[in-house]
Amino acid sequence: MQYLLDNFFSFTITGLTIGAVYALVALGYTLVYGVLRLINFAHSEVFMFGTFAALWVVMLLGGKGGGSVGQVIFWVAMMFVAAMAMSGLIAVLLERVAYRPLRKRNAPPLIALISAIGASFVLAELMGLRSRVASWVGLDDNLRDYVRNSRNNAGMPTIIQPQPIFTIGGYHVTNVDILVIVGAIAIMVVLDQFVKRSRLGRGIRAVAMDPESAALMGVNRDRVIQVTFLVGGVMAGAAAVFYMLKIGITRYDAGFILGVKAFTAAVLGGIGNLRGALLGGFVLGLAENYGSALVGTQWKDVVAFVLLVLILLFRPTGLLGESLGKARA
Amino acid sequence: MRSTLKFAVPLAVAALALGACGTKGGETPAPGGTGGAAQAACDLKIGMFGALTGPNANLGIYIQNGVNLALDDYNKKHPNCKVTLENYDSQGLPDQAPALAKKAIDDKKVVGIVGPAFSGESKAADPAFNEAGLVTITPSATATKLSTNGWKTFFRALGNDDTQGPAAAKYIKETVKSTKTFVIDDASEYGKGLADIVRKDLGAQVVGNDTIQQKQTDFSASVTKVVSSGADTLFFGGYSPEAAPLIKQLRDAGWKGTFVVADGVKDQSYIDNAKDAAEGTIITCPCVPPDVAPDFQAAYKAKYNEDPNTYSGEGYDSATILLEGIAAGKDRESMLDFVKSYDKKGVTKQLKFDDKGESADIKVFAYKVEGGKIVGIGEIK
Repeated sequence: MQYLLDNFFSFTITGLTIGAVYALVALGYTLVYGVLRLINFAHSEVFMFGTFAALWVVMLLGGKGGGSVGQVIFWVAMMFVAAMAMSGLIAVLLERVAYRPLRKRNAPPLIALISAIGASFVLAELMGLRSRVASWVGLDDNLRDYVRNSRNNAGMPTIIQPQPIFTIGGYHVTNVDILVIVGAIAIMVVLDQFVKRSRLGRGIRAVAMDPESAALMGVNRDRVIQVTFLVGGVMAGAAAVFYMLKIGITRYDAGFILGVKAFTAAVLGGIGNLRGALLGGFVLGLAENYGSALVGTQWKDVVAFVLLVLILLFRPTGLLGESLGKARA
Repeated sequence: MRSTLKFAVPLAVAALALGACGTKGGETPAPGGTGGAAQAACDLKIGMFGALTGPNANLGIYIQNGVNLALDDYNKKHPNCKVTLENYDSQGLPDQAPALAKKAIDDKKVVGIVGPAFSGESKAADPAFNEAGLVTITPSATATKLSTNGWKTFFRALGNDDTQGPAAAKYIKETVKSTKTFVIDDASEYGKGLADIVRKDLGAQVVGNDTIQQKQTDFSASVTKVVSSGADTLFFGGYSPEAAPLIKQLRDAGWKGTFVVADGVKDQSYIDNAKDAAEGTIITCPCVPPDVAPDFQAAYKAKYNEDPNTYSGEGYDSATILLEGIAAGKDRESMLDFVKSYDKKGVTKQLKFDDKGESADIKVFAYKVEGGKIVGIGEIK
């Protein structure tokens, strides 16, 4: 306990950093659940594709450590563009191929769940076998650096050298920590406003509240669902960039554990609730770190999930517990 | 809508088929022999058991390359009676190992196995090999306990963690001159065993311990623990998929100490992924540097266009023992005595086993990451 208190700020800041990534991915689960009452288990793969898009664009642009400020800003901006585009695209494709046909036939929710799990495997294995995919289309020579060792870790150069900006309680808060935490919160504020104020956001809320009435009022349901997947995917893309800046290494199955954690964060905060996802992500990130400090790193998942169960015992709808359709959006 | 389905179903089927062929085929080159040219009593096989795909595949492939080289040599000398290699790709996973072991045992043409490559899978598969009387020579599994189970078919062509662990501890104490050492393990058979030996040998100078999980990527809690302990040296018992992000995040957090790891990290992918953060890492390994056996090094380089890597030489030696047994007309049963009484010089060392199946002649070497390469810096004596 004393140990945790001595290093309180260190565990807190690093917990918030990974929590921010959880929160952004959790948004995708929460948004889709809000409008469709469906857990999109393939969302973890949407995130994973984003990490690779971010990695590849840095490789393509020759990003490396020690670039000038202008270069670094350009690289990071391109990471965002590539990862958000890739994740958004995968999320929309997923909806078209794995969910929409089922919805059209009024398949029961369980079928959609199986479809989600299947899509998750297909996407992960496609990335894990990308060297073969490349060789089928005859591009393996051109793309060698991008596809080789396709089942191994793929590492990115450290384009932002972490520099301590200020010190709090003995922990040097770095520029990367600040970028991740502040960036994630900023993105979530924008999303919150988008859902609250924009026409499309109103549509999302309307469908979440009552799909049939929304359709009667002239809301195009398919379009709203597509936009929801797109927005969730773009958020996962942003999470992927922060993940690559902080962790810097990805793999074809990197989405799995992170996806489970993000889903947990969504449930913890109250699934279907945007602000709940944010809160759930941060709480989970902190709980993991404090748990590691108190009882050892190998126990961090145990601590995090015991906390989840405890919170759900007392608040079955999660910390904030309101759905997307309600006024708080 | 109907048309979407028509499009989607074949796509999904194709994707599944793709997944299936990927896991079966593996990314391994065909074995040296022609294969399939069956002649009576001349169609014997040896097995290669280890990770050939998956995150630890490099360690398996380095060994497989050595084995293939030994096969080439043999088949050149015996053009009318070629031996082929059967691959058992465990991905390094203990839960896949028993089924693969059964597959090897059921194939009566297989007279000996090079592997299993890792300690965890050895523990899972070796009892079956022992029962079936199929000789295994592991070129890389270093967990000490493996030789204490009374398995009569177990042979180890390198030193175990009882030699590697103390050597690592000695290096940390005497060469790095560490006074505050932090020890982390990955809870695996190999990593924990090794880390525990280092903990014991270093005694009071260990200022902190931690255990991480395999496949973990965010090490922020461990990083905080290492940094706040004031350690000047960190020993990590584990494999490269975790070592790379761990050292990267430590360096990002401004930790300047020496990172010491063992043979499980001696793999180019460690440097590819950790990039600059890998510089200066000390790697201990009971594996012999390539320049100890220049002929082998040249032959390997000619075939694979790179220097022999971790345990390539041990793989070559292990396969050579089995191949000489085949040349001497041994079958699966008589192979056991042949290997037991084997005593010749291989490319890595004098190849001779004691009654527990351990190598009689053992050396541990230190390596360092310099300029993006792993270079030998001499034997730890």
